[in-house]
Amino acid sequence: MTSFRIDGGTLIDRDDVREFTFNGERLRGFGGDTVASALLANGRQLVGRSFKYHRPRGILTAGAAEPNALLTIGRDGRRDPNTRATMAELFDGLEARSQNCWPNVDFDIGAMNGLLGPLLGAGFYYKTFMWPAAFWEKVYEPLIRKAAGLGRASYDPDPGSYEKCWAHCDVLVIGAGPAGLAAALTAGRAGARVIIADEGAQLGGGMLAEGGMIGNKPADAVLADMVGELHALPNVEVKKRTTVFGAYDDQVFAAVEQVQKHLSDAAINPDRAMERLWRIVAKQVILATGAEERPIVFGGNDRPGVMTAGAMRTYLNAFGVAPGKQVALFANNNQAYQTAMDLEARGIEVAAIIDPRKCPDIDYGGKARLIAGAMVRDTAGRKAIKSIAVRHDDGRDEMIAVDALAVSGGYSPIVHLACHRGARPVWSDEHVGFMPPENCDGMVPAGAVAGKAGIASCFVAGATAAVSVLNALGLNAAPAGLPDTQTADDIAQGTVAIWSVPSSKGKAFVDYQNDVTAGDINLAMREGYDHVELAKRYTTNGMATDQGKTSNVNAIGILAQNKGVSPGAIGTTTFRPFYTPVSFGALVGASKGFEFQPVRKSPLHGWAERNGAKFVETGLWYRSSWFPKDGETFWRDSVDREVMNVRENVGICDVSTLGKIEIFGADAAEFLNRVYCNAFLKLPVGKARYGIMLREDGLVYDDGTTSCLAENHYFMTTTTALAAGVLTHLEFCAQVLWPDLDVRLASATDQWAQMAIAGPRARDVLAKIIDDDISNDAFPFLAARDVSMFGGRLTGRLFRISFSGELAYEIAVPAGYGESVADAIMVAGKEFDIAPYGTEALGVMRIEKGHVTHAEINGTVTPADLGMGRMVSAKKDDFIGRVMNMREGLVDPMRPALVGIKPKSLADKFATGSHILKIGDEVSLANDQGYVTSMCYSPNLGHAIGLALVKGGPERYGEEVVIWNGLAGTSITGILCNPAFVDPENEKLHA
Amino acid sequence: MSSLVKCPHCGLRPREEFTIRGEVPTPRPAAGADESVWFDHVYLRDNPRGQHREYWHHSGGCRRWLVLDRNTVTHETGDVVDASTLKSEGRA
Ligand SMILES: [Zn+2]
Repeated sequence: MTSFRIDGGTLIDRDDVREFTFNGERLRGFGGDTVASALLANGRQLVGRSFKYHRPRGILTAGAAEPNALLTIGRDGRRDPNTRATMAELFDGLEARSQNCWPNVDFDIGAMNGLLGPLLGAGFYYKTFMWPAAFWEKVYEPLIRKAAGLGRASYDPDPGSYEKCWAHCDVLVIGAGPAGLAAALTAGRAGARVIIADEGAQLGGGMLAEGGMIGNKPADAVLADMVGELHALPNVEVKKRTTVFGAYDDQVFAAVEQVQKHLSDAAINPDRAMERLWRIVAKQVILATGAEERPIVFGGNDRPGVMTAGAMRTYLNAFGVAPGKQVALFANNNQAYQTAMDLEARGIEVAAIIDPRKCPDIDYGGKARLIAGAMVRDTAGRKAIKSIAVRHDDGRDEMIAVDALAVSGGYSPIVHLACHRGARPVWSDEHVGFMPPENCDGMVPAGAVAGKAGIASCFVAGATAAVSVLNALGLNAAPAGLPDTQTADDIAQGTVAIWSVPSSKGKAFVDYQNDVTAGDINLAMREGYDHVELAKRYTTNGMATDQGKTSNVNAIGILAQNKGVSPGAIGTTTFRPFYTPVSFGALVGASKGFEFQPVRKSPLHGWAERNGAKFVETGLWYRSSWFPKDGETFWRDSVDREVMNVRENVGICDVSTLGKIEIFGADAAEFLNRVYCNAFLKLPVGKARYGIMLREDGLVYDDGTTSCLAENHYFMTTTTALAAGVLTHLEFCAQVLWPDLDVRLASATDQWAQMAIAGPRARDVLAKIIDDDISNDAFPFLAARDVSMFGGRLTGRLFRISFSGELAYEIAVPAGYGESVADAIMVAGKEFDIAPYGTEALGVMRIEKGHVTHAEINGTVTPADLGMGRMVSAKKDDFIGRVMNMREGLVDPMRPALVGIKPKSLADKFATGSHILKIGDEVSLANDQGYVTSMCYSPNLGHAIGLALVKGGPERYGEEVVIWNGLAGTSITGILCNPAFVDPENEKLHA
Repeated sequence: MSSLVKCPHCGLRPREEFTIRGEVPTPRPAAGADESVWFDHVYLRDNPRGQHREYWHHSGGCRRWLVLDRNTVTHETGDVVDASTLKSEGRA
C-alpha cells in the first residue's frame, strides 16, 4: 500500500524507525507515533470489525475516546486486549491484532450478521433470545459469545510489576492542554506545589494538533517553551501518560501512570513498575480536561475513512499523516474549518465542505467548495470510504468521490471528573453541550471544558483559574505572562445542533462500539424506553468500554429531538469512575502471587522446617500440622504416632501463633473481671486461669488463659484466629466503655516464641534446661511465672497449662531465642523420646479430652452449652454479656449442648457437620437433634470420636442416635457420651 | 464515604487505616438495668438517612477508638473525637 506519510509531524522522530506487526504483517512507523498514526501512515484504514454487525471499522479519533480502533497488543503475559490504538505508543517489535473478526479482518464471516440486522436491533437481548429457555445455554449464548465480544485476556501471568503510591499537592491540574499549561505555570511561578497530569505521551493536549503559528512563533516552539519551564520549576511535578480516572471525596483523585507499557521488551527495566496507581490528595483542583468532538449521526458514518475533524488535524500536523488525497468535511461549527484550512495548506484537496447551516457565519478563505444547508446522508465503499451522498438544501442528491471524510458535530466538554461525586452537568444552548456543574465539588473548570474555544482564550482561562485557586490558598498570584497569541478573543464556534441526519440512508451509528444506531434509539422510544437511563440499557448505548464518550450526547440529542424538548430536559446518564479502562494489574498493585497477602511465620518456623514439618495455612499463619518420619506415607500415620508419643512419652508443639496481649495498670484486674464472664479479681501473682469471654449478646466470643505475672501485670492468650479481634474488643472496652479504668494493652503475639511441652515426661525434659524448681509442689497445675533457664543465661515465662490433657507446660521465650530453645529442648528430650507434634495431633488430643475450639465456639453457644455454665459468675455486678446471657432463650434446658459422640459399631466413620436424629425419626428439620462439630480418629481408643451440640446435651449420655450425613447420603448409629474421652478425672493434669 | 479521616491524634489519614464498627448505640446500660434497655443497646440501630454517629477504630494507626459524625447521604464527615469523651457525657 502507498504511504500516507507526508512532511512535518511535530511529535514524530524520523530518525527513530520502529518496526511492528499488524495482524502478522510487518510495518514501519516512527518514534512518537501511536499505533493508530502508524497504521494510517501505512494506509491501513480498516483496523477492526464492529461488535454486533461485524462491519468494517477504521480509526475515528486521535485520543482516549476511540470507540472503534481497539486492538490486542503484545503477546503472552504482556498481551493487552481492547487497547485503543489511538493511545498506544508505537514501540519497536510491537505486535497488534484486530479483534472481533474471523477468519480475518478483511474477510469476516460474522459480517453476515448484517443480514440478521432486524433481529439484532434495540432490546434484542430481551426479544430474540426469549425462548425456548433451553436454547440459551446450548445455542444462543455460545453463538453470542463467539460472534460478539472484544479481545480475549491472556491466560499467561503478566511478568510486569505494578505499584501504588500517594501524592499530595496544593494544586492539581488535570489536563495539559493550553488551559492546563497556563494554570500550572501560573501556580508554579507563585510557588505552589503543583501536580499537572495528562493522559498523553506529551504535554500539550489540543496544542499538539496546531500546525501553524501562535502569535509570531511556531506552535510547537511555544509549547516547548511552556513545557520546558514547567519541568524546570522544582515545585511542579509533571506527570505524562497519567490518566486521572476518578474523583473521590475529600479531593482525592485516582490516576494511573503508564510507566513502561509503552516500551519495547528490550527497553523494559524489570525492576520498575509497568504502571503506577496514584492517589493524589489536592488542596485545589483545576479541571482542564478539554472537550470531545462529536461525530455526526448519518447513514454509513462508520465507514473506515470517516474521522472526527480534530483527529484528522492531529494526524496531519502532529504525526505527518495525510488522511487521503481527496477529503471532504462535514461540520456544523466554525472550529472544524481549521481542518480544511490545514489540509489545503498541506496541498491535500478538500473536495467539499458540507455544512448543514444555511448561512454559516465564517469567512473560509480556502479553495474548497462550500455546500451550505446540506448534509451527508450516506457513504459508499466496501472496506473504506469511496464516496459520500450529499443531500442539498433543495432536496437534490449529489455524489462526491472522497477517500476520507472529516466530521464534526460540535464539542462535548469532558465533565466526567466533575460529576463522579454525583453532581449533574448543565445543558447550554449556547455551547450545544453539557457544561460542568455549577458547583464542581471544589474543582475549577478552565478552558474547553468550560466552553472556551481557541488557544488564546484557553491560556487566559487557565491562568485566571489558577489565580483564583492560589488566592483561596492564601497565595498572592498574578496570571503568568503567557505567549502572545495576537488573537485574544473567544472564537464563536457557532455550532448548530444536528443530532441525526433525517434523510440518512442505511445504518446511522450513534454508539460505534456497541453498534447502536439512530433507528435503535427511535425504536426504544416507540417501545416506551424513552427515559435516558432506560434508553441506555435497552439499546446498550454508552455501555461499551468507551462509556459513550462519542455517543452519549448524540443519543440524548436524538431523544430530545424526538420528544421536542431541550437535551437539558432529557439529562445525562450517571457519570462514574473510571474515566477510561484501568488494567487489573494497576488496581492489584503488588498484591499478587506470593505477595497477595502477608505471610506470618512463627518464630519457630525454621525449627519446624528442620524437623520436616508439613505446614498448613491458617489465616495468614503457616502452622506446622504434622512432622512425618521416614516411612510414613499417610498423614495419619504421623498424627497417630505424634498423639501416642505425647500420651506415653513427651512431645513439643509450636503454639506461638496464639494471640498474646500484655495488660498493665492499677485497674488491670478489675478490667479482666469485666471482660471475662468468670472471676478474675483475685487471681494471685504467679497463677494462670482459663477464662471465657462473652459478647455483649451473651454468647461466647473467645477463650484462653490469662496469667498474673506481677502486681498490675497480666498476660492474656487468645485463640490464633481471634488474636486481632480480641485486642480490638479489649481496646473498645478500655477506651470507650471504661475510660476511667487505669489499664493499658499491648499486643505481644510476635514478641514471644511459645511452645507446649506435653506428656508424662514433660517435667523431666524441662527440668534439664530450667534452673528453678518445677516439681509438682513448687510449680503446680496453673502455676505461671518467670523462670531462669540455661544457668541464668535466659529468662522465660513458664505456664503449667494443658490443652492435650497431659502433664504439660507452655514455655515462652523472646522470639529471637525461639529456635535455639526448641533445639535445646529436643536435645534435652532425646532420652525421653521427645518428638515434635503439629496442629493435627493437637486437634486429636483436644477432642479426646473434650476441649472446645472455634468449631464449637461458633457464635451460637453460651458457656452453659459448652458444659461450663458454672464458670459464669453469679457474684459479679457487671461483665460483658452478663445480662443478655440470662435471656430466656439462652437458658432453655433443651438448647443444644456439648456431648461426645462415638459410633456404635467401632469400625464406622462419620463426618463433621453430620446431623443427629433420634433412632427411627424421619429426616427433617423438625426432627433435627443437633450436629457434629468436630471429629477425629482417636489412636488411644482405636475408633472415631467426635464432639457434637445436641439438644438436651449431657442428659442424653448413653443414648443411641442416628448420625446422618446428607452430603454423602450415609447414616450410622452413634452413641452420645461424655466429651472427655480420655482421663475424665483430670489425673494426668495434676501429676 | 470520606477518602480521608481526620484522626484527632494522627491528623488526616486514608480511610483504609480505619475500621468501622457501626452506629453509636444507646449508652451501655447500668448492670441492673431492665432487659429491654439492654436489648436496645445491643440490637437496636437507627440506620438514618442523614447524620450518623459512628464508632471508627484507627486500627492501622494509633489504635484509638473514635466517634465520627457522617452524613449517609452526602458522605460529608463532621467532627471526629476520641471515643473516651463519650463516657463523661453519658453517651457510651
Ligand atoms: Zn490515630
